[in-house]
Amino acid sequence: MANKVAVFRKEHFNAAHRLHNPLWDEATNDKVFGKCNNPHYHGHNYELIVKLTGVPDPATGYVYDLKLLSDLVRDEILERFDHRNLNLDTVEFKDLNPTAENIAVVIYDILREKIAKELDLHIRLYETERNFVEYPAI
Amino acid sequence: MVYITRIEHFNAAHKLYNPAWSREQNDAVFGKCANDNWHGHNFELHVTIKGTPNPDTGFVYDVKRLSVIVQEHVIEKLDHKNLNMDVDFMAGKLCSIENLVISIWQQLVPHLPQGVQLHRLKLTETPRIFVEYYGD
Repeated sequence: MANKVAVFRKEHFNAAHRLHNPLWDEATNDKVFGKCNNPHYHGHNYELIVKLTGVPDPATGYVYDLKLLSDLVRDEILERFDHRNLNLDTVEFKDLNPTAENIAVVIYDILREKIAKELDLHIRLYETERNFVEYPAI
Repeated sequence: MVYITRIEHFNAAHKLYNPAWSREQNDAVFGKCANDNWHGHNFELHVTIKGTPNPDTGFVYDVKRLSVIVQEHVIEKLDHKNLNMDVDFMAGKLCSIENLVISIWQQLVPHLPQGVQLHRLKLTETPRIFVEYYGD
């Protein structure tokens, strides 16, 4: 029985966003989201770590060719979000608050469709050096 | 002479855009940094002062006090803001980190107590891009 191995690819993007619930009034938004609610937006350098877990292919020794993973993340994620305003420039966050939690789930859902089901996918997303989220939670 | 540094953080939206140019020229020069709807960064500001340690305290200057001054006069104006729209001392300027670091220097110096000599500001825009400014 072969052992599973985890492989990782780290990528970066930066983007503007604001945290805002359109169903709430200004005071409630301000109270809950504080300065993250600034109507003129603010921004972050996001660091994305994509983890794939599986059994290395006996023919190549790879769980997944990391160059191909890099290309996939660039084409599917960075092209969509890098140097964008997440609220205004993306369909994914048109009606979804672009918190780090939601961004991680969106990235997972996009990549999950593109990666073989035999491989486990896990997303870690840093919004700042000190704030980061993981999905799925394990 | 000892150099001591305090590091502060802020994050902000901005865009690189010259209003005197056409859209095409802005795109050609600034690329995706000219995105109309902004993008953003986690910025890190390194504030270095220099001096001789005070014989009574051992301090060049109390860095906790330095932090409070930087927070009050710089970070509060920049953190979670849009650098092009929300920051009085960047009004009418191109929002490059080069211009930002010069403006932060000009903003900070008048608020430093007499005898505290600012030596260097280092401003990082991404883990791989930063500028330094020595006031000259």
